[in-house]
Amino acid sequence: MASSSSYNSPCAACKFLRRKCMPGCIFAPYFPPEEPQKFANVHKIFGASNVTKLLNELPPHQREDAVNSLAYEAEARVRDPVYGCVGAISFLQRQVQRLQKELDAANSDLIHYACSEIPTALPAPPGPSSIQSMAPRQRPIDHYNRRMGNEEGYYEAPGVPYNLPWNDNPSGDNNAGGGASNM
Amino acid sequence: MISGRCAACKYLRRRCPSDCIFSSYFPSSNPQRFACVHRIHGACNVAKMLQQLPAAHLRAEAANSLYYEAQCRTQDPVYGCVGIISSLHQQIHSVESQLAKTKAEIAVLESLALEPAQIQENGVEASFYNFSPEQDKAAGHFNHSTNISYHFM
Repeated sequence: MASSSSYNSPCAACKFLRRKCMPGCIFAPYFPPEEPQKFANVHKIFGASNVTKLLNELPPHQREDAVNSLAYEAEARVRDPVYGCVGAISFLQRQVQRLQKELDAANSDLIHYACSEIPTALPAPPGPSSIQSMAPRQRPIDHYNRRMGNEEGYYEAPGVPYNLPWNDNPSGDNNAGGGASNM
Repeated sequence: MISGRCAACKYLRRRCPSDCIFSSYFPSSNPQRFACVHRIHGACNVAKMLQQLPAAHLRAEAANSLYYEAQCRTQDPVYGCVGIISSLHQQIHSVESQLAKTKAEIAVLESLALEPAQIQENGVEASFYNFSPEQDKAAGHFNHSTNISYHFM
């Protein structure tokens, strides 16, 4: 965990805010003076008082992670003022969907090969047609879906609280910036 | 024309001017939207972020994404959107692993499907190499290799 010697050198936040960095400054452990841009970004996007409120609501052991995620979001928003890190989420969700389709296609191929192997693997039954005399068996797709850990055979992004409006667009655009054309 | 104050000006308890930067993106019909964004970003920051964008449609996109981020942060005060990004990366890794495994299984089955044909070919070749020298003598002036090629034809 980064920490500044607040007695001698004010933290990046207090330097930015041009105030005395007091002992116990809530920003000091997370905004060292060597990283001025980190606080500058966070201040621009969230504001000092909002960050203070947010950190005060969290137990101390979670504050570093919170600051780092705020810094990440702030930097993403500075780089992409329209979408921020939502652009990255949109891009990653499309990537998941693309990979899922590819996995489904590969599983279909695998089932095809597996099914084409079955008649040669089984002994020839006495009946007129070896296929018709085959006993009903579990569908290979069920086996593979269980192996994937999803009975429906489709991954949904866990923890995504809301559907992005961009996901309604069937565009196959993989632009990481998530430009305006996504809508 | 929107009559009355927008959700932002109602929340901030101020008059809503005709050129209010918020009014197009924070309608009075959805007060919770601005309240959520204000809690995380603050009105001044949101106004500055919207004002720096040159076009209305970009501001609309930005307002939507700010709202989404604010919702994520409200639900997860430690990680916000970053938690979702991390989760998606893990998901991508998992699906890629599954895909690689499935493709490897397909490759194995493909190679097994080819093997019977190869065995058959090898078996035919073996029968030629087992061609009896006595038969070769009976054929007369033809040597072993010639007979093999002859039978190939």
